Amino acid sequence: MDRRSLLKNLGMVSLLPFGRAGWAYAGDGPAPAGKRMIVVMLRGAVDGLNVVVPHADNDYYAMRSSIAIPKPGTDGGALDLDGHFGLHPALAPILPLWQSRKLAFVQACGSPDPTRSHFDAQDYMESGTPGVKSTGTGWMNRALGTLPQRPGMLEAVSFGPVLPRIFSGPGAVANVPLGREASRATAMDKAEINEAFDRMYADNGALGDAYREGRKSRQQILTDLSDADVKEMKEADNGAPSPKGFALDTAQLATLLQRTPELQLAFMQLGGWDTHVNQGGSKGQLANHLQPLAEGLALLANQLGPQFDDTVIVVMSEFGRTAHENGNNGTDHGHGNVMWVLGGPVAGGKVYGDWPGLSASGLHEGRDLAVTTDFRTVLARVCEQHLRLPDRHLDAVFPQAPRTGAGNVKHLLTA
Amino acid sequence: MPRIALCAITLTLLSFSGLSAADPAPGQQTEQKALYALDRLGYGPRPGDLDRVMAMGVDAYVNEQLAPEKIAEPPELQQRLDALETTKISTADLFRDYGPPARKAAGADEDARKKVEQAAHHVAEEAQQARMLRALYSPAQLQEVMTDFWFNHFNVFRDKGIEGHIWVGAYERDAIRPYALGHFRDLLGATAKHPAMLYYLDNWQSSVPHQDKNGDLKGGLNENYAREVMELHTLGVDGGYTQKDVTELARILTGWTYLPRELEAGTTQPFAFDPKRHDFGDKHFLGKTFTGADSDGEEEGERALDLLARSPATAKHISYQLAQYFVADQPPPELVQRLAKRFRDSNGDIREVLRTLFHSKEFWDAAGSEGKFKTPYRYVVSAVRASGINVINFKPLLGALNQFGMPLYGCQTPDGYKNIESAWLNPDAMVYRLNFANALGNGNLPLYQEPQAAPAAPMAMGGAMTGGMPVSMNLAPQTPAPGPQNKPPPPDPMVLQATLGNPFSLKTSEALASAPPRLRAGMILGSPEFMRY
Repeated sequence: MDRRSLLKNLGMVSLLPFGRAGWAYAGDGPAPAGKRMIVVMLRGAVDGLNVVVPHADNDYYAMRSSIAIPKPGTDGGALDLDGHFGLHPALAPILPLWQSRKLAFVQACGSPDPTRSHFDAQDYMESGTPGVKSTGTGWMNRALGTLPQRPGMLEAVSFGPVLPRIFSGPGAVANVPLGREASRATAMDKAEINEAFDRMYADNGALGDAYREGRKSRQQILTDLSDADVKEMKEADNGAPSPKGFALDTAQLATLLQRTPELQLAFMQLGGWDTHVNQGGSKGQLANHLQPLAEGLALLANQLGPQFDDTVIVVMSEFGRTAHENGNNGTDHGHGNVMWVLGGPVAGGKVYGDWPGLSASGLHEGRDLAVTTDFRTVLARVCEQHLRLPDRHLDAVFPQAPRTGAGNVKHLLTA
Repeated sequence: MPRIALCAITLTLLSFSGLSAADPAPGQQTEQKALYALDRLGYGPRPGDLDRVMAMGVDAYVNEQLAPEKIAEPPELQQRLDALETTKISTADLFRDYGPPARKAAGADEDARKKVEQAAHHVAEEAQQARMLRALYSPAQLQEVMTDFWFNHFNVFRDKGIEGHIWVGAYERDAIRPYALGHFRDLLGATAKHPAMLYYLDNWQSSVPHQDKNGDLKGGLNENYAREVMELHTLGVDGGYTQKDVTELARILTGWTYLPRELEAGTTQPFAFDPKRHDFGDKHFLGKTFTGADSDGEEEGERALDLLARSPATAKHISYQLAQYFVADQPPPELVQRLAKRFRDSNGDIREVLRTLFHSKEFWDAAGSEGKFKTPYRYVVSAVRASGINVINFKPLLGALNQFGMPLYGCQTPDGYKNIESAWLNPDAMVYRLNFANALGNGNLPLYQEPQAAPAAPMAMGGAMTGGMPVSMNLAPQTPAPGPQNKPPPPDPMVLQATLGNPFSLKTSEALASAPPRLRAGMILGSPEFMRY
């Protein structure tokens, strides 16, 4: 299925924002300059067992009497992937990517550190050094430092008002404000004001650096997401509801990527996955969070057009949740989780990793999905094969990461 | 702000003091110390504060702030707080009149449901206004700082359900504010039992699995609160507990709940212990055995909280956080140790720990450092305080906090907001801050706009609600003539500079001097010196 008909089938044609950057753009975009990696972090620990559902595993249904996703082919059932696993039905918008072999999963993936603290586990996943709290930089910033430097160019972006841990470090990263506010003119866009502040912030250490980066990325974003685009977007909407929330962010990211060939790394995040109570099954709380995520990812894949072929998107979360549901139709903090990998270079249509099963003996500490693939193995694979980082750089990005035992994850990318 | 390290070079054009000495004169040292105290114990100076603290002496100011119960609220502030009707409603009544029972009564009627939602939003908005009013105008600044510190430490989230909206203010009022300078154990107990926390971290639903009337097995443990109370509220993540301790504490705390039906029926006591949900089996928690059968159940939870409050790990964890908040992002370890000892020796008396902190060499030495980077909340509050504006409409300020990534009562996760530079200093944040500084400094924020009439309580009894009268009427005589579109006039840069004690570097002073006067107030509020404290 080509992307255009895919969009039609999804009923998403009317959702296309940024007309020029959307479908019409696909034929005459700039040649892709580099390889891109986009990381989407689901903060709060998404329940991976209800994302990629082991529907052929009877233990799964025994442990989750109120929240299990029914077997494929039944009402609200999982969307079968390979006869053993199925996709949560709210993720239907990304099923075509699976079918076109651009989407893969790594099940039972996670951290070697056993912590069930959200904050420590997120910290480890962002520093890239499980168990070591003193690491001062995030792995995406270290990765940025190893890529070819293009001074004065926007090479890395993060969405949201605060710079995440994963990007902390010496490399310059722009952060893009969320939503439609991004392109509205402000006081600091006036020449007499910003000239006065330029004088006041000349040099001035960390504040001065942040100030100059902010002004630079602001100018770039104003150019890339100008009012004209917003107007076009409204026209392209044809009166249909505009994309909101995550889908709007991915649309803006796609536009930035289209227009900024130097941009190689991007980070986005979504919260609301800590489903201790009333998690729901095929419908409900978790489903309501998964659907906009899937729509945003599908939109991003489509909007990138040919550049999707040079893009790898990883969706990850700090740990999984208990295999058993808890006393409140929810799940508590667990261990192993599923990692999602999509993009042109992905050898998709396959669930990677060793499946440890959900039997009492297979579970981690008798309660959680075990971890059989280190999350760094997947990330390092993408850095090595897609971003083409040599070994010595990989050691800097993921020090002490296992270099062996990747199992079938070795074949995750086609490159 | 790096006042002591920086030469206070001023340009005649902007100078009030006319000082330009490289070594600060004794009077100037006192001024710098007074500013430091105003910045660190509170949210920075309002017009006149600096003179007042210099006149009374810095030590006297510190002692005054450590005894907030003796500081009278100004009548204007009290009147404005009194006008926020929903902030006076009890936790139980809020549930009944604004919470799930109100929603249930609305049934399928869309308009009625919308009214219930609006009313719940209004309750949360009044809580935000009360918080901002006190932070901006209360002379008991340390009380406000510590209220924010502890709220953040025992964070709950406004947007988790209608319960979050209606209870966030009552939680701060009943569980945080009375104990902000009190004993840690009281704070821990009050937060553990408040329905806002029971709801936010799910303990209200945790129970021993039991058979319902049909014989089906119902309920079960929920570990959420049991884990976070150790990781975040007391011991700290490295405080030496295990997953087994988490599960055992969750068992101990089964039955700590609130009972919606009883609240709806009019009970006034929001916390309830429900023995039906309690696990009366034996537990082993932090090396101690809890023999369920010997207790009434509720008492086990009290004992567990006693253990947590008395643990040396808790003393260390809290002391580290206080030192990081008041002194430096990387606090001196010796100071943390001394504070932890004071915490243990005083049985968790927060006032005494703070007294030790404010009399420490490390605290005053930090005045010579580059200073801490303001969080968005501190930045906004300190800017409006310095500007001396009587805010009527808080929406522009609350909107700015949303945009800066620090919405008031809007931290979704239980760890609360960080207060270190690496969390908040980034390129986008700088640009947003400077846009805010310019808008405030150039008089472009509609801070004088009158609020619209508030929605009435959907299930209010006997006309207790006034329907929200304009909060500004009592302040009208003191309010200067508003600028266009309900905007206050721009602050006078000369007054602003005097309020802040002229802390500017040569570079900032020169940039100010060469800029058109109408831009100067915005530049002062957006200066590198005003980003730190």
